[in-house]
Amino acid sequence: MKLRALAHSRTGDKGNTSNISVIAFDPANYERLRREVTAERVKTYFAGIVKGDVVRYELPKVSALNFVMTETLGGGVTRSLALDMHGKSLSSALLDLDIPEGEE
Amino acid sequence: MKTIRIGSGAGYSGDRIEPAVELAEKGEIDYLVFECLAERTIALAQQAKMKNPNAGFDPLLEPRMRAVLATCKAKGIKIVTNMGAANPLAGARKTAEIAKSLGLTGLKIAAVGGDDVIEAIRETPWPLVESGGSTTDLGNRIVSANAYVGTASLVEALASGADVVITGRAADPALFMAPLIHEFGWAMDDWDKLGKGTVVGHMLECAGQVTGGYFADPGVKDVENLARLGFPIGEVSEDGTLIVTKVPGSGGKVTAQTAKEQLLYELHDPKNYFQPDVVADFSEVEIEEIGPDRVRVTGGTGHPKTATLKVSVGYVDSYIGEGQISYAGPGAVARGKLALEIVKERLALMQVKTTELRFDLIGVDALHGPRLSAASEPYEVRARVTGRTDTLAEAVRIGNEVETLYTNGPAGGGGAFKSAREIVAVQSVLLPRDKVAGTVQIVEA
Repeated sequence: MKLRALAHSRTGDKGNTSNISVIAFDPANYERLRREVTAERVKTYFAGIVKGDVVRYELPKVSALNFVMTETLGGGVTRSLALDMHGKSLSSALLDLDIPEGEE
Repeated sequence: MKTIRIGSGAGYSGDRIEPAVELAEKGEIDYLVFECLAERTIALAQQAKMKNPNAGFDPLLEPRMRAVLATCKAKGIKIVTNMGAANPLAGARKTAEIAKSLGLTGLKIAAVGGDDVIEAIRETPWPLVESGGSTTDLGNRIVSANAYVGTASLVEALASGADVVITGRAADPALFMAPLIHEFGWAMDDWDKLGKGTVVGHMLECAGQVTGGYFADPGVKDVENLARLGFPIGEVSEDGTLIVTKVPGSGGKVTAQTAKEQLLYELHDPKNYFQPDVVADFSEVEIEEIGPDRVRVTGGTGHPKTATLKVSVGYVDSYIGEGQISYAGPGAVARGKLALEIVKERLALMQVKTTELRFDLIGVDALHGPRLSAASEPYEVRARVTGRTDTLAEAVRIGNEVETLYTNGPAGGGGAFKSAREIVAVQSVLLPRDKVAGTVQIVEA
């Protein structure tokens, strides 16, 4: 199944750093997201886009993960050559991530 | 317990205006806040001010003030905004002029300044936070330097009885927190309250982004009536509890989901959300639906503020030239790819001097590159070429090469577009607080 079935997401930008939230629709799935959507997986998924590090922060009270990705926005929102200079569409890409079926 | 209601009338400079009118008329609000200043906007405003000393405030200040000023005056709603951009005093004078033309009298307008630190930045080299290097590397290309200041001068302005407070570069949440400090008398070392106040500002500062805007995904996350989206109202209690709601009958929705997306928006480490007045801690924030379009936000806190303020340094970075052209029907992708190859070769042949080049097929792989993009053939594509150059004249040549695809490129290319522009970018430095001094000037209308 796709991450989109379990979670919603929004991207934010600051300079050359992008952050993507992954928020469980159902808090019962938060642990599953924690297990499946690791910083390493996100870094691999965005290979070629994220040139820096991916750090994951956990917000259990709101059943959410926050991925902070450095060197991701073409040198910074204000100077990027990219069509989506803010990287706002990255959240939609991440929701296409495959999640193993059959648990919880 | 004392409660105040703050309406958020804009999430960015170009935002819709009539939702703010709706808040003023029907929101039963005490304050109306307009957050209109993006990272780069102030640098562009500074350039405008250099050309004309009476310019440099937000170009939409006039239509916004015209739309809400009379209602706010009649209902006693105070306005707080960063639409002063690079020139809050000129913004305040313009607002006084608008008040006069609307027949309003007895209006006190405060211009809050002090964020302009370009002298301090020019005095000595400062390390650039993100890119490394120092401000010296930017040389005479620096056009602006503005510190993200806190609530102190905004609170002073409110205490002096201002009906309208117009500032430039303040931290966005500070625009919302200043009324809270003014009304509730929170101490400036009550880190817990200041942390809660920061949560309030953060939840409200992007306006429609917490009331169902930027949320809809048909079939998965549906939102009604986005064309008439209602902007948020924050009902804040003295203890820092926030209830987010909106005007009944307006479009959009306030739910735990819309609130959670906004809570994490542009957040990095939730325990350390750096603000001028506090290091806010969002890690224990709880979000709870307590009624239709009513969400309670609690659990924010904070830690002592840092010794430095973040400064946005605007500078002329480069120029960007761009060209686009469309292809459709069978073989559209192949012709789009051919178009890009031709322009690539042409730019080399014509010796256009670029420091960075990018070739995209919009509709195929422009957003996320070839690896994440689906392989299926779209009906139409748009070839896009952008390049960074050191002069505007070189930048112009990039779009020209795309445009020449009309008569020299693949079959059926249409809708060519070209542009070339100067790029004013921003970098950040951290400045000791004693280099920044706030100012408050009152303009009477």
